[in-house]
Amino acid sequence: MKIDSYRRVGSIEEAYELLTEKSGAAIIGGGAWLKLMPKTIDTAIDLSDLGLDKVTGLENEYEIGCMVKLRQLEKFTPFQMIFDGILIQSAGSIMGVTVRNIATAGGTVAGKYGFSDLLPVLLAMDAEVELYKRGRLKLEQFMDETGVLKDILTRIYIRKTEGRGWFYTMKNTAIDFPILNAAITSSQKGCRIVIGARPYKAALAKKAMQFIDRIEKPGEVEIIEAANIAAGELKFGSNQRGSSDYRRELCITFVKRGLRKVLL
Amino acid sequence: MKYVNKTIPSVDGKGLMMGKPGYTDDLAEPNSLIVRVLRSPHPFAKIIKINKEKALTLEGVECVLTHKDFKRIAVTRAGQGYPEPSPHDKFILDDHVRHIGDEVAAVAACDKETAKKALELIDVEYEVLEPVLDFEKAYENKNVIHSEPEIHEMFPIGLEPLKNVAASYMMNVGDVDKTLEECDVILDTRFYTQAQAHVMMEPHTANARIDYQGRLVMYSSTQTPIHVRRILSHALEYPLSKIRVIKPRIGGGYGGKQCLHGEFLVAAVTLRTGKPSKIVYTRKEVFESTFSRHPMRFDIKLGAMNDGTLKGIDVDVLSDTGAYGEHALTVFMVAGSKVFPLYNKVDSVRFGGKVVYTNHTPAGAFRGYGAIQGNYALESAIDMLCDKMNIDPVEFRMKNMIKEGETSPIFAIMGEGTEGTAMNMESCKLDYCVKRGLEIINWKDKYPKKTTEDGKVRGVGMAIAMQGSGIPYIDMGSAMIKLNDDGFFNLMVGATELGQGSDTILGQIAAESLGVNPDKIVIYSSDSDLTPFDTGAYASSTTYVSGNAVKLTADRMKEMIIEEGAKALGTRLAETDFDGKIIKSGDKEMTLAELSNRLYYNEDQKQLMACESYVGTKSPPPFMAGFAEVEIDPETGKVDIVDYAAVVDCGTTINPALARVQVEGGLVQGIGMTMYEDVVYTSNGGMVTNNMMNYRIPTRKEITDMHVEFADSFEPSGPYGAKSVGEIGIDTPPAAITNAIYNAVGVRIQELPVTPEKVFMGILKQKDKE
Amino acid sequence: MKIKIKINGTIKTINVKADEYLVDTLRNNGCVSVRRGCDTTSCGICTVLLDGAPVASCSYLSCRADSHEVTTVEGIQEEAALIADFFGHEGADQCGYCNPSMALTLYAMKRELKNPDDDEIRAYLVGNLCRCSGYVAQHRAIRAYLEVE
Ligand SMILES: Cc1cc2nc3c(=O)[nH]c(=O)nc-3n(C[C@H](O)[C@H](O)[C@H](O)COP(=O)(O)OP(=O)(O)OC[C@H]3O[C@@H](n4cnc5c(N)ncnc54)[C@H](O)[C@@H]3O)c2cc1C
Ligand code: FES
Ligand code: FES
Repeated sequence: MKIDSYRRVGSIEEAYELLTEKSGAAIIGGGAWLKLMPKTIDTAIDLSDLGLDKVTGLENEYEIGCMVKLRQLEKFTPFQMIFDGILIQSAGSIMGVTVRNIATAGGTVAGKYGFSDLLPVLLAMDAEVELYKRGRLKLEQFMDETGVLKDILTRIYIRKTEGRGWFYTMKNTAIDFPILNAAITSSQKGCRIVIGARPYKAALAKKAMQFIDRIEKPGEVEIIEAANIAAGELKFGSNQRGSSDYRRELCITFVKRGLRKVLL
Repeated sequence: MKYVNKTIPSVDGKGLMMGKPGYTDDLAEPNSLIVRVLRSPHPFAKIIKINKEKALTLEGVECVLTHKDFKRIAVTRAGQGYPEPSPHDKFILDDHVRHIGDEVAAVAACDKETAKKALELIDVEYEVLEPVLDFEKAYENKNVIHSEPEIHEMFPIGLEPLKNVAASYMMNVGDVDKTLEECDVILDTRFYTQAQAHVMMEPHTANARIDYQGRLVMYSSTQTPIHVRRILSHALEYPLSKIRVIKPRIGGGYGGKQCLHGEFLVAAVTLRTGKPSKIVYTRKEVFESTFSRHPMRFDIKLGAMNDGTLKGIDVDVLSDTGAYGEHALTVFMVAGSKVFPLYNKVDSVRFGGKVVYTNHTPAGAFRGYGAIQGNYALESAIDMLCDKMNIDPVEFRMKNMIKEGETSPIFAIMGEGTEGTAMNMESCKLDYCVKRGLEIINWKDKYPKKTTEDGKVRGVGMAIAMQGSGIPYIDMGSAMIKLNDDGFFNLMVGATELGQGSDTILGQIAAESLGVNPDKIVIYSSDSDLTPFDTGAYASSTTYVSGNAVKLTADRMKEMIIEEGAKALGTRLAETDFDGKIIKSGDKEMTLAELSNRLYYNEDQKQLMACESYVGTKSPPPFMAGFAEVEIDPETGKVDIVDYAAVVDCGTTINPALARVQVEGGLVQGIGMTMYEDVVYTSNGGMVTNNMMNYRIPTRKEITDMHVEFADSFEPSGPYGAKSVGEIGIDTPPAAITNAIYNAVGVRIQELPVTPEKVFMGILKQKDKE
Repeated sequence: MKIKIKINGTIKTINVKADEYLVDTLRNNGCVSVRRGCDTTSCGICTVLLDGAPVASCSYLSCRADSHEVTTVEGIQEEAALIADFFGHEGADQCGYCNPSMALTLYAMKRELKNPDDDEIRAYLVGNLCRCSGYVAQHRAIRAYLEVE
């Protein structure tokens, strides 16, 4: 990556103006991923001074500033209390502390990376994101949108929900990209089953969710059925880390294990 | 023994921990020109036109080199004994490029950015040629990778460039066909091993300058400074006497720096411009443009009798050397010579095959050097044979493996590139290694498998291995010891420290012989102007070969001290002795400090300096038994290595802690090759794993438990009983782990690396059968 | 642009390019202990402490370090020497190329975690790769180092 000029902005409006002014302008979160991209950035916009580097507990939800580092998420102990601490587990599963002290929550979500370990969990928690111009929307909706983001992702919101959670990421070595990962939650609102690193970006297994939610007291048989539905409805691809067939089989295992944990 | 077989901290560890400059790039001239290389985007192409004019006009560019700037001199980049057993098939720059990442041109500029820009300004027109990317289709392929007329071998190695053959070999003991015909049971199967990348943490680095005497001084992160000097001189037609090669601290090598890479271009730039220059390979260049391990295919046949005697071994190997043939023949031969003598009681052995060229990144030396590949094939096949015969694989090994006092006919037949040397195993504690390993891993309770409460399956597996200790009659080491005033010593060795601790252990050997504390010995290694000849750090030669040279030298120094002491004390030589501090004869005595001060300042003035050399007449193998315990999740195929026990016979361990970590480090590289590491190419010859995000080496989470022990062993020909320990550790994991996986879940992995997918799909297949 | 950073206790004003990374800025300013291994944030060799927290300096923009404090092993010489004693005792330092990054990460870990167990130690250091040692000797050395008050 090449950067022509670097600007540490004093307000979010200033950042937005810079971002929309030039096509080659970009927000830098941690910059860890950007650095690897073979592109030239005219203006690198740094939000470090805007106080967006805090996790704040509000009445019904937590607010995560976009500049919060993965390591901060991992060390924010109240997250232990929601969905069995899966947010902490997933943040902690990414690379080592030297990277997690750089990479940001905002860069992770804005990037919508297929390999992300954090996004499945945020989706399974039904998180929301706040864009500077557009305001708040469901992460699920944000993930579905394609095209270049000409807005600033300012905050991520997680509702304080009672529920169970399960997260698993399968990697060759501990700091590798995942072969497949899964985040599964259950709360009063029902189950959420998210499979990531397919290697496509994380997606909800909606049919499997509907199926399991309709059953009053799901047991092993229904769980296996749901796992098969999930494997059937989602698309899997092949790359260096695994074939689509293998990923589909793993999906069955993960959904089974996750549902057992959150339902039984 | 006072200083040998003792753990002392390494001589350089603390300084390096404190961040002291020591590595090649730390020592570059501050204003060095930055050398960068334009690299081929094609796996195979001819350069039709190359124009450097535009690049030369860029401000800050000092020099641009293309193949037109060099006389066509074919060399090998392999740092090996001379004449080299590798084909001379490489030019500093050539009009053909033979793999993605091959050198096209070089630029020297005032800074990185300018050099990078200049590269973009070089116009190259290629005629893209059809590459050979499948090593099983390389032989006699219509696309010939090396058609240049200059390619040649120094002596017969089976080079047939027009057939894409870099080397070939065949040997026979007895009549294998006949033996196998008479066997009760035959196993006939095939294995593949993959390319593995070294991933030493310090990238290949070199810098050059012209000193005040007009000589070329090169700092290089190389394992073989002497070979670098010779090959540079040859390739650049520059007098050997005007080149000085210094090897500072090296950030890991494992064989990957037993070759020349950046050295040619920085030397050429500095000679042409008269200015200092430097190159630091990018990680991508390390992956794409240096070496990896030779991928191999083994067709192996074993024959045995129903009573459990192994009778015959028949192996055909196809090895892939990539675009150039560095170490092609020797790695190939080690896959036989340092593997098959393990079963020395067989009636017959046949071992042969070819090493072919392809348009992939070249293969070269890598710890294990063929032995790890061969060991995987043989030690997996042994378990498969035992399975077929329903015989316990440990008992089978105990019955058929080599023992102390025995020999194998293979030693005499196979050397490295040449004939071998007959030898008896004067030290071989393999039987102890196996027995002790069984205890450590608790084989009795664990073999073959156990299912855990959470539905996982644990299995154990084992393998035995051997390596060598230098190359007899070729690898030579020497040392010089100088006594200084106040009674301390300089030890100068050509042996190359590359992190294995050789400076430390050679100092310990000298200390032991002299009887002085190791802190009285200042060691300096690997500077071609100042240190004596040594072929370099490879073939597990340092402890044994250089160690013997140091011992001889220190013994000689002790004699000199006693001679001069007797003279000074006026006593008879036979009655005079030196205990490390004091020279004594009857009631007369003087300290070493007194003697040395007398020698240098007062009377009988003369410098005491000893220099001795050693060349091995044999290569006593270290042996080991490795035991893996794995835990498999049958629903995902994930394999965890829960324990690895290794018992090693490397003779005396000069420094037990350093020896242990040599084994542990080797094991982890072997585990990496078995489980996680694979150099992957696209169908167009591009490398998918050309960075450390896609090429993953083990982290500390994969390796949690290891138990390494040493057998009580003494090699009479080694320095204080030592053999080598640098490579042996890497050899057993492929077979021991895949045997353990088979014992756990019945899936036999015959193509490395093991991936969870292969294990899982294997389990599925079995279920389908049931 | 000009940045003001505190390197190992000394405040410096340095001119850096917009896309300059801390590893180069530090190397150019007398900290040779900071070296690159991979350049893709994958190895941890280039680790330095930024306000006490370990970061990969190959991926940390120097501009970002403006008005922050950076520590390299040049700034923790005594502690590095102490850690070296434990590594030396186990033979855990081989080529030494990863040594400074280990010293820094360990130093930070000791201050950040209270009585970490084996798994916590591995989790903290997992991004600091070592190709030579096989890790278990380092682990033994680390355990011993953590015993020191
Ligand atoms: C070597 C390596 C290995 C990794 N392995 C894993 C892994 O195994 N699992 C995993 O989950 N993750 C992994 N990651 C990804 C990491 O967790 C982060 O998701 C990633 O680095 C992006 O975060 P960042 O802060 O560095 O973003 P940046 O690189 O700064 O930005 C990423 C993108 O988001 C944009 N952006 C950043 N912030 C904002 C904002 N506030 N508003 C709008 N756009 C914004 C940028 O312009 C850019 O396009 C890895 C990263 C690296 C470098
Ligand atoms: S060089 Fe920075 S992490 Fe490897
Ligand atoms: S000691 Fe060589 S990389 Fe760690």
